[in-house]
Amino acid sequence: MARPMQVSRYWRHFREKYRLIGGKCENGHVHFPKRSVCPVCGSRNVEEIELSGRGKVISWTIVRNPPSGFEYYKPFPLALVELEEGPIVLAQLTDVDPEEIDFGMEVEVVTKKIREFEEDGIILYGYKFRPVLK
Amino acid sequence: MRKAVIIGAGMTPVGEHWKLGLRDLAVEALLNAMDDAGIDRVDSLYVGNMVSGPFVEQENLGALIADWAGLGNIPAVKIEAACASGGAAVQEGVKAVLSGLEDVVAVVGVEKMTDAWPSDATRYLAYAADAEWELFHGASFVALNALVMRYYMKAYGYTEEDLALFAVNAHANGAKNPYAMFKRPIKVETVLKSPYVADPLKLFDASPVCDGAASVIITTPEKAKELGVPKEKWVEVAGMGRAIDTISLASREDLLTLKAAKVAAERAYKMAGVEPKDIDFFEVHDAFTVMAALSLEALGAAKKGEGAKLAKEGQIAIDADYPIQTMGGLKARGHPVGATGVYQTVEAVLQLRGEAPSQVPDAEVGVTQNIGGTGSNITVNVFRRV
Ligand SMILES: [Zn+2]
Repeated sequence: MARPMQVSRYWRHFREKYRLIGGKCENGHVHFPKRSVCPVCGSRNVEEIELSGRGKVISWTIVRNPPSGFEYYKPFPLALVELEEGPIVLAQLTDVDPEEIDFGMEVEVVTKKIREFEEDGIILYGYKFRPVLK
Repeated sequence: MRKAVIIGAGMTPVGEHWKLGLRDLAVEALLNAMDDAGIDRVDSLYVGNMVSGPFVEQENLGALIADWAGLGNIPAVKIEAACASGGAAVQEGVKAVLSGLEDVVAVVGVEKMTDAWPSDATRYLAYAADAEWELFHGASFVALNALVMRYYMKAYGYTEEDLALFAVNAHANGAKNPYAMFKRPIKVETVLKSPYVADPLKLFDASPVCDGAASVIITTPEKAKELGVPKEKWVEVAGMGRAIDTISLASREDLLTLKAAKVAAERAYKMAGVEPKDIDFFEVHDAFTVMAALSLEALGAAKKGEGAKLAKEGQIAIDADYPIQTMGGLKARGHPVGATGVYQTVEAVLQLRGEAPSQVPDAEVGVTQNIGGTGSNITVNVFRRV
């Protein structure tokens, strides 16, 4: 599907996708992305919180037959990352040898290109995770 | 309260139907079900379908199918609950009968997937995930299930070989089903040697992209008698449950519990007055082998973490304690997504009438479980021999 993504649809989430803005309810439950209702306790008193972007891999896969629009990047690693504040985030891993990925691998957030549309379309950026630089 | 019975069931073979469109498949299955019941009119139609818009640029399936099946000016709508659309459509049909508003209801589940380019099909199926937080990152449905599979294997110490047993069982049963897409048995090695689609998930851990339609006719016992449908054909819809869970996998409280299936099963079992030990066969949603394992756990057939153990111990075969996928399941019969829940229903009807190609001896109670999304929208139905 080569149709360009609408810019407004993308910009609605740029703060979450560039800065990992999540939510924290009055009872201290942290979630990502931010919601108007806390998924744990139902509180509507939810504040914004910027997450540190550090976490560890709890599961991963290598995507070999991606949805259309991602063919250029295949194969690519996709993981569930548990952030140090608690929430789990789904994202691609980057700058990593697939053989080195393991349970508990420490990773940190980095802003990268997620996808390009055709010539007159927009380029999407967002978070990926890379092994923590030592 | 009124009771609901299924008096007619019909389907098309599952496969790559190059010569048939969505409407052809749906009408064929629907007319087969009406002929099976011996009726030529219904009060309403519920269509289970997931993504006809992107796949064949057609919505408004209620009008399309009722029109082309010659059903007249009846009410007809599409019911969508991702891959659980079929199971949900059956439930809406039963609810219409139980409410007393409609007496004879037709349900058809249909999906036409092979008109699309494969990577587009992968994209359309991922519409059941969270578009902004999953598909945005290039997650296919297979990839999301692969994340669950790796996590499950790590948590309980299972291997790829252990999970392959679910595919082997499905193919063994599908081989005898004339309506199945894959009618050949396979070995564990076949699964293990198939290419990775999203590691550790291999091609043979997954159900195929395919086309198909299935249909059932639902009414009350009183009306069935009035219509002259022989009692041997009746199958009671004894219990129903449906529940949702978080749409994105990352938000799940526990990656290894199909909470929606658990809640739905509790409701369905309570309504039917049954417990897991009373159930003679389970048609679970094995779109991916790991989902068969998690489903058996959620439905109470196995303890948490022991779903794959049932397969290892040989307990899921036709003649064992917990037969599953008696006509091939999603893996071998095929998984035309929005039609699957209705195929499961038709297969349960055949088992309970004693007409199944791989018959579970003396089957009296059967359960179907249909998963939408990565466990985000699940229906469980209990059927009983009348
Ligand atoms: Zn809270």
